[in-house]
Amino acid sequence: MEALDLARWQFGITTVYHFILVPLTIGLAPLVAIMQTKWLRSGEEKWMKLAEFFGKILIINFALGVATGIVQEFQFGMNWSEYSRFVGDIFGAPLAFEALMAFFLESTFLGLWVFGKGRMSAKLNTLCIWMVAIGVNISAYFILCANSFMQHPVGAVYNEETGRAELDGVGGFLEVLTNNTAIAATSHTITAAFLVAGTLVAGIGTWWMVRSTKKNIAGQPEMWRSAARFGFVTILISAAGVGLTGHFQGQLMYEQQPMKMASAEAQCHNEEGAPLSILAIGDFTNDCENVTRIIDVPWVTSFMATNHFTGPESEVAGVEDVQAFYQEKYADQFGEDYDYRPNLVVTYYSFRAMIGPIIFPVILALAGLWFTRKEKIWDSSGWAKYALFAIPMPFIASSFGWIFTEMGRQPWVVAPNPTGVEDVLLLTDYGVSQTTSPAMVLTTLIGFTVLYAILGVVWFLLVRRYTLEGIDLTTEKAPAPDDENQPLSFVY
Amino acid sequence: MDFLPYLWFIVIAVLWIGYLTLEGFDFGVGMLYTTVSKNPKERRVALNTIGPHWDGNEVWLLTAGGATFAAFPEWYATMFSGMYLALFLILVLLIVRICAIEWRGKINDINWRKRWDLAHTVCAWLVSFLWGVAFANLVQGMKIEVLEITNPATQTYEIVSPEAFEAATNTAAYTHHLTGGFFSLLTPFTLLGGLVTLSLFLTHGAVFMALKTAGDFQVRVEKLAARLSIGSLLITAVWAIWAQLAYASGFWSWIPLAIAAVCLVLTALWAQKGDELKAFIANFIAIAAAVAFIFTAMFPNVMKSSIDPAYSLTIEQASATGPTQIIMSVASLILVPIIIGYSIWSYKVFSKRIHVDNIPDDPSGLSRGTKKPLANEVSVQ
Repeated sequence: MEALDLARWQFGITTVYHFILVPLTIGLAPLVAIMQTKWLRSGEEKWMKLAEFFGKILIINFALGVATGIVQEFQFGMNWSEYSRFVGDIFGAPLAFEALMAFFLESTFLGLWVFGKGRMSAKLNTLCIWMVAIGVNISAYFILCANSFMQHPVGAVYNEETGRAELDGVGGFLEVLTNNTAIAATSHTITAAFLVAGTLVAGIGTWWMVRSTKKNIAGQPEMWRSAARFGFVTILISAAGVGLTGHFQGQLMYEQQPMKMASAEAQCHNEEGAPLSILAIGDFTNDCENVTRIIDVPWVTSFMATNHFTGPESEVAGVEDVQAFYQEKYADQFGEDYDYRPNLVVTYYSFRAMIGPIIFPVILALAGLWFTRKEKIWDSSGWAKYALFAIPMPFIASSFGWIFTEMGRQPWVVAPNPTGVEDVLLLTDYGVSQTTSPAMVLTTLIGFTVLYAILGVVWFLLVRRYTLEGIDLTTEKAPAPDDENQPLSFVY
Repeated sequence: MDFLPYLWFIVIAVLWIGYLTLEGFDFGVGMLYTTVSKNPKERRVALNTIGPHWDGNEVWLLTAGGATFAAFPEWYATMFSGMYLALFLILVLLIVRICAIEWRGKINDINWRKRWDLAHTVCAWLVSFLWGVAFANLVQGMKIEVLEITNPATQTYEIVSPEAFEAATNTAAYTHHLTGGFFSLLTPFTLLGGLVTLSLFLTHGAVFMALKTAGDFQVRVEKLAARLSIGSLLITAVWAIWAQLAYASGFWSWIPLAIAAVCLVLTALWAQKGDELKAFIANFIAIAAAVAFIFTAMFPNVMKSSIDPAYSLTIEQASATGPTQIIMSVASLILVPIIIGYSIWSYKVFSKRIHVDNIPDDPSGLSRGTKKPLANEVSVQ
């Protein structure tokens, strides 16, 4: 394999892995903050216990998220140095902002929250976890501003003399930060993160509610019922948010990256009243003419893209037509035969793998709210198993969401599009580091993959172990006010 | 607006000063805590001195990386693609160290803790050494060449002659690259540079522990700090004079060098006396001055070429455009004081010395193996 392919695999593997951990942190930090606030306001012990319990899972997860995040930042320089040269002027700034505004906040206040129990007032301690929650969400916004520039370049100009994209004056940065793609992506990603975290809380809550009921452990079913219902409500609100923001993001995508959406539907030609494909099979080896569409819902794709079911206004682009358009447009730059189609199989199925799994937590939430109504305790073993099964589903969905977004943009790393700055564009082929040999990239690819695999197993076992341990209600460990000689409340 | 690139050169230096002075002590604690502790409780005393702080300290690295990307894209691209395997090693070590710190106490089992302690210590030693090697390379100069990429997609390029590059004003086609590979980064000078950071961080960690602990443990680390400070003074002196005479490009680098020297002597003196607060401050300034020395020694280049001076990547060549640097300047001006403010507050919150008696007898974490039944658990027939 060439260094390019290896570098792409490396970016894909490290990014998807990092993004398994990140949504949980983004969603869970605010949920833990809410739990601790509920305790602070109502004085109900169960909320403090739950905040501590989910806080531990948050910390285990946060550590690996931070660790793998460092790789993300330096990888652009290591494997994609030509890309870095090309867009550093614009792309680097949101990354630096992320560190200045978010990382310091998260890291410092996480330390204060964890170690500060008993060294500061409960109010101040609760404020600390809120700072963490705000920090992780600011972080998401800036990183998505950077990513959205690659999807929809704005606020930039191409400098022919240096061969680079440059910020279009100070105002250009404002455009990068208010990029409609970035706003859509941020709201979609953050609601998805709440869905991930809400499902975890609901899943563990439900499973433990059933378990503690069967084992007849005093006080526990009520506590876990509160956690589960908190999770159910989070699931329903965030799932609605995911759908709504996904719809807006989809519409932008039809406008900005027609090729990506056409591939997601495996639609070959421009069509009026285009149907939505539910399932298609066939030889996807980047020839969409070979695709057999099995289940279609008429007019829906057109409606999703244009708000029109039929008629000329409902026309949506097809893969082959966009391909022909690009080939003509960029014939001088990249030759007449360059293939501008993303990998169809990956794009088509990852789009479905992004949406499909969400049904599982939604079912859990709807059933859960019904069965736990009027102070009822839910004790069905079948549902307890289902609750555990639902937990990984939003993780899968959000991972495939990223795979779809990034793979659908190929072969561009900075995708030109009708509403963005048209001459700021870069093919992925041209972004790779020039002097790193395939052997070097292979070494680090194997290195990161093996290391991540080992750490991933430990991460999973730790989270599983803490989940199985549950909460012990018999020990009194409420955070006490400052006492000179008391043992530290949290120690390594 | 021509001063902006130079301002940002200073800002990058300041960010690295923040990183190495702060993370320096938690690397030091990481290297020492297993050997200096007599029992498991003392290990936890040592670890808890850095507990609330190491994560925030590490962010200085991320900020330095992000700021370099934005303010000097060419530097970022050339340095990190060129130091490819070295950076990979550093990243792996940092990742394992983070997990070792956070996960060590999660399971209550001797072997579990021992394994993470070993991982932590090994990572701290190696990474402290590697940072020194990396910075010594910046002072010494590396195999930097200017290439003309003829076909980016197939990674074909031609080396541009120094004369041709000097004549050209167009940078679109010509870019700087480190072509020497991993082993070109290892020379006697850079390896000694590795020992410099290693010894400085060891002293830094020992003094920090002496400052943050009480009782027997504190007496012991104080003695250790006194001995280590002499070692770091000697090693750093040899390297710095070598660097100044052989590689520094001007007179100005004598100033931070002199400050570093004075502070290292003071560190050693105060460490002998057991005045750990003064010793810590002196060592802190010494590390800061050493980083300042490195940056003044390479000025006005960001990457010095050991092949031909014409190939060196200068501050101006590496720089981003004005608007980016203006925005970043405004952001830093507002945000950095805030960051420093809450960081200082967090050190104040945890300013109390930790004594072995502050550590609970029960090790933290979940018991290994089968779960103990919950207190109220009643089995149902």
